[in-house]
Amino acid sequence: MREVPAQPVEAGPGQGRALGHVVPLRVLLGVWAALVALTVVTIAATRVDLGGLNLWVALGIATAKAAMVALYFMHLRYDHPLNAIVFIAALLFVAVFVGIVMLDAEAYQPTIREYQHQTVTPGR
Amino acid sequence: MTSIAGHPGIAGRIAEAGANYLSERRGILSWVFTLDHKRIGVMYLVSILFSFLLGGIFALLIRTELLTPRRTIMDADTYNQMFTLHGVVMIFLFIIPGIPAALGNFVLPIMLGARDVAFPRLNLFSYYLYVLGAVFAVLAIATGGVDTGWTFYVPYSTTTNTSVTAVVLGAFILGFSSIFTGINFIVTIHKLRPPGMTWFRMPLFLWALYATAIIQVLATPVLGITLLLLVAERLLRVGIFDPALGGDPVLFQHFFWFYSHPAVYIMILPAMGVMSELVSTFSHKPIFGYRFVALSSVAIAMISFLVWGHHMFTSGQSPLASMIFSFLTFMVAIPSAIKVFNWVATMYRGAIDLKTPMLYALWFLFLFGIGGLTGLFLGALAVDVHVHDTYFVVAHFHYTMFGGVAMAFVGGLHYWWPKITGRMYSELWGRLAALLVFVGFNLTFFTQFVLGTHGMPRRYYNYPAHFTSYHQHSTLGAYLTAAGFFLTAGYLIHSLFRGRRAPANPWGGATLEWQCSSPPPAHNFDRPPPVGDPYDMSRIRYDDAIGGYVTAEVAEPAGAGGGPGR
Amino acid sequence: MKGEAMLPAVRSAAAPADTAHPGAPRVAHHFATPVQQFESAQLGMWLFLATEVLLFGGLFCAYAVYRAAHPEVFIYAHRFLDARLGALNTVVLVSSSLTMAWAVRCAQTGRQRGLVGLLTATLVFAAAFLAVKYVEYESKWRHGLLWGRYYHPAHGRHTGDASGQAGTGQTGQEPANASAPGDERPMAAGPNQSPATMAAGAGPPSRGGPVTLGGAAGPGATPPAEATRIAASAAGPRGLAWHLRRPDSGRHDEPRNVQIFFAVYFLMTGLHGLHVMAGMAVIAWLLVRSIRGHFGPGYFAPVDLAGLYWHVVDVIWIFLFPLLYLIHG
Repeated sequence: MREVPAQPVEAGPGQGRALGHVVPLRVLLGVWAALVALTVVTIAATRVDLGGLNLWVALGIATAKAAMVALYFMHLRYDHPLNAIVFIAALLFVAVFVGIVMLDAEAYQPTIREYQHQTVTPGR
Repeated sequence: MTSIAGHPGIAGRIAEAGANYLSERRGILSWVFTLDHKRIGVMYLVSILFSFLLGGIFALLIRTELLTPRRTIMDADTYNQMFTLHGVVMIFLFIIPGIPAALGNFVLPIMLGARDVAFPRLNLFSYYLYVLGAVFAVLAIATGGVDTGWTFYVPYSTTTNTSVTAVVLGAFILGFSSIFTGINFIVTIHKLRPPGMTWFRMPLFLWALYATAIIQVLATPVLGITLLLLVAERLLRVGIFDPALGGDPVLFQHFFWFYSHPAVYIMILPAMGVMSELVSTFSHKPIFGYRFVALSSVAIAMISFLVWGHHMFTSGQSPLASMIFSFLTFMVAIPSAIKVFNWVATMYRGAIDLKTPMLYALWFLFLFGIGGLTGLFLGALAVDVHVHDTYFVVAHFHYTMFGGVAMAFVGGLHYWWPKITGRMYSELWGRLAALLVFVGFNLTFFTQFVLGTHGMPRRYYNYPAHFTSYHQHSTLGAYLTAAGFFLTAGYLIHSLFRGRRAPANPWGGATLEWQCSSPPPAHNFDRPPPVGDPYDMSRIRYDDAIGGYVTAEVAEPAGAGGGPGR
Repeated sequence: MKGEAMLPAVRSAAAPADTAHPGAPRVAHHFATPVQQFESAQLGMWLFLATEVLLFGGLFCAYAVYRAAHPEVFIYAHRFLDARLGALNTVVLVSSSLTMAWAVRCAQTGRQRGLVGLLTATLVFAAAFLAVKYVEYESKWRHGLLWGRYYHPAHGRHTGDASGQAGTGQTGQEPANASAPGDERPMAAGPNQSPATMAAGAGPPSRGGPVTLGGAAGPGATPPAEATRIAASAAGPRGLAWHLRRPDSGRHDEPRNVQIFFAVYFLMTGLHGLHVMAGMAVIAWLLVRSIRGHFGPGYFAPVDLAGLYWHVVDVIWIFLFPLLYLIHG
C-alpha cells in the first residue's frame, strides 16, 4: 500500500477540521501560575474561620482549579462539545450518587447513635 | 482450514458458500488474534452459551435439592454455594455481557454501515478480559466456592472463609470487559455512522445498544470500587463497612445497588432492542412509534440510576429515602410500558409470521409483561416490606431476566443465526423447543409467585411441608425448560452441518445487515451502503427461487457476492 | 480492489512506526479520515476518564458520608497530616500537568527535543509526588496511624508527619465537637478495657510502638468485668468496645472511631497513588517512543490521550488535598 506523506496539522482531508488544537504556550503557563496561586489561596482560607462555609470555599476553589485544568490543559475549550458532555455527565452522576446516599445516611444516623448509646454505656 | 482428524471443521464447511468472514483466514491463531468484530462476536457467543450452561446446571441442582423439604442431594452449606454461583455465573457471565457482546458485537457495525467497531483491539481485549474474569470465577468455584449470595452483602462476605476474594476479583475484571465494550459502542455509534445515517435513521437495536453502553460506562465503575473495597475489607481489614470499626454496612448496599440496579437495565435494554427488530420484521410492518421507542431507551437508561434504593427497603435505609426511591421506581416503568404498547401496535394489522424468533418475541411480551408488572408490586414500599426476600422477588426477576432477556437473546440468536452461520435451522424443531421452554418456564416460576406471597423465603434450604407441592411443580418446570434448551442446542448445532444455506435476507428485514451475504464478507461492505429508513419494507419481496427476500430496484447489493443465486 | 478507491490508501494503525517520516498519519482501515480516527480516540479516552471519575466518586461518597456523620473524627484526625507536604504535592502535580500539556504541544508542533525533555520532567515530578507520599505513609506507619484495628497511635499527643511536629494551623487546639452524643457520659475508667475483643482480630503491626493497655495480656485474655458487660450486648459485631478510650493512653480528647479517617485517607490516596504509578508507566513508554521519533504533527494521539489521563489524576488530587488536609476545625 502507498504511504501518505506527513500532513500539516490544520488540513484533515474531507472534513476541514484540524487534528486537535494547539494550545498557546502562554495559556499553559498562565493556567499553571493560576493553579499555584489558588493553592496558596486555599491554604490561606483555612486560617480564616468561616464556620461551615470553609468547606464550600475550599471545594469552590478546587472546582475552579479543576475547571482550568479541564478547559485548558485538557483543551475541552477547544474540543468537540461531546467530550465536555461526557465529562460533565460523569460528574453529575457522582453528584446524584453522593447526594442521595448522604440524604439517606443523614436520615439514619439518629438510629445508629441511639443504638450506640444503648449498648456502649458503661454499667452502673 | 481448521481440521480435526482430516475432516473440515465447522468454519470450513461454512466457507464452502463463498468468501466470507469465516473462510477468509484460517487456523486457530487467526481467531486468537482476530480484530474482526464478527469473529469476536462469535467467540463471545460460544463462551456466553457455555456460561449459560454452567449457570443452568447450578439452577437444576438448586431445584433438585428443593424437591423435598429437608435434605435431598446436598447439605445446607453446599446449597448456599449453589444459589450464589448460579447467580454469579448467570448475571456476570451470561446476562450482562449476553446480547451486547454476543449479538451486538456481530451486528452493530453491519447494521450501522461501518466496517468495524471504533476500537477493534479494545474489542478483542474486552473478550480476553471476559475470559480472565470467567477463569477467576471458575477458580473460586474450584477452591471452595462462595456462599454469600451473588449480592455479597457485608458483614458475611467480609468474614466468611469461602473464596469471596477470587470471585469478586473475577467480577471486577468482568466489569472492565463490560466498560470497554460500552466505550467501543458509544464511540462507534457517534463517530462511525456512514453518510446519511442520522440518529433517527438508526435501527432501534442500535439505540438500545447505545443506551445500554451509557449505563455500562457510568454504572460499572461504581461496582468496581465496591468490589475493591470489599477486597480491601477482607484482606486489609480496612473497616469501611464494619460497624465495630466505625464503618457502615448499609453503605455497602448503597454502593452495590447503585451499579446493580442499572445493571438490570444493561440486561433488558438490548433485549428490548432485539424485540423491536423481531416484532417489526415478523409483522412485515415498520415499527410503530419509532421516536418514542428510541427515546424511551435513553429515558430508561437515565431514570434507572435513580431507583437503586428499592432493593434496600428493609435494610436500614431511612424511611425518607425509601419513599423517594419507591416513587421514582414507578417512574421507570413508564418508558418500558411505552415500548410494549408500541410493539403491540406494530403487530396490529401486520402480516405476522410465526417463525421461531417471533415466538420468542411473543413469549417476551407476555413474560416481561408479567415481570414488569410484578416489579411495580415490589416498587411499592408498603407491599415490598412483606414480600422482600421471598420467592415473589425470585419469580419477578426470573420473569424479567429469564422470561425477558433470555427469551429475547434466544429469539435474536435465531434471527441472526442465518447471518452469523450462513445456515438455516429447522423451524419445526425451533417451534417445538420454544413451546417446551414457554411451558416449562411458566410452570417453574409462576408457582414461585404463589410461594412468595404465601411466605416462602428465598435462599432457604428447608421449608415447611405444605410448600412441597409448589416446589415440586417448580422443579418439574425447570426440567422441562432445560429439555427445551437442550433441544435448541441440538438442532442449532445440527444446522451448522446440515442446515440449508441461508440467503442474504431470509426473514425480510430492512436493516442493513440483510443487504450483505449470509455469512457476511470479512470487511462487511465494499463501500458505504445506501442508507434509508431502516423499517421501510415496501421494496422487499419474497423470492421463491432463492428461498429468501430480495430488495427490488437496488442496482447491486453492497456486500460482495450477495446471497446464493446472484 | 475497487473498494480501495474510496478510502485513502494508508497503512493500518498496527503497522510498525515509520521513523523516516516522524508523525506520518496512520489511519486504520475502518476509519475514513485521520480526523475521524483522532476524534474517535479522544472520545474513547474521555469515556474512560468518565469511568475513573465514577470510580473515585465512590470513595468521595464514603468520605462525604463519614465526614457528615462524624465531623469530630475528621477534625481531630486530619491534624496528623502535614498540610505543607500536601501543598507541596499539589504544586508538584500541577507542575507535572503543565509539563505534560506542554509536551503534547511539542508533539503537535514537531519539537522533538522539547517533547522528550518535558515527558522526562513529567516523570520527575510524578516520582517526586510518590516520594513525598512515601514519606507521609512511612510516618503514619511509624506512628501507628493506620486503619481499622491497626490504629495504634504511638503516644497520646498529636503527632505530625516527617518532622514530628504538630500539624499545620491547629496546634494544641481541642476538637470543637469532640464528643458524639454517645460520648457525653464519662467513660468508666475500667483498668482493662477492650484487649480480648481486639485481639481476636489481626494484631497491629509491631512497628506501631508499644501501647500499654492497662495490663491486657493479648490474644485470649479474659475480658474484665466492664468489657464483659459491653461485649455481651455486642456479641454480633465483636469488639464494639475495643475503641473505648483508654484513660492511661493520654488520649482523653480523642473521639470514637478515629481509625475511620485513616481508612478513608489510605483508600483515597492509595488508589490515587496506584493511578499515578500507572500513569508513570504509560508516560515512560511514551518517552521511549518519542525518543525513537514516533510522534509528530500528523500523529500525536497517544501523547494527547495519556495527557488527558494524567490531568484527571491531577484533578482528583486537587480535590483530595483540601478534603483530607485542610479540614477547618
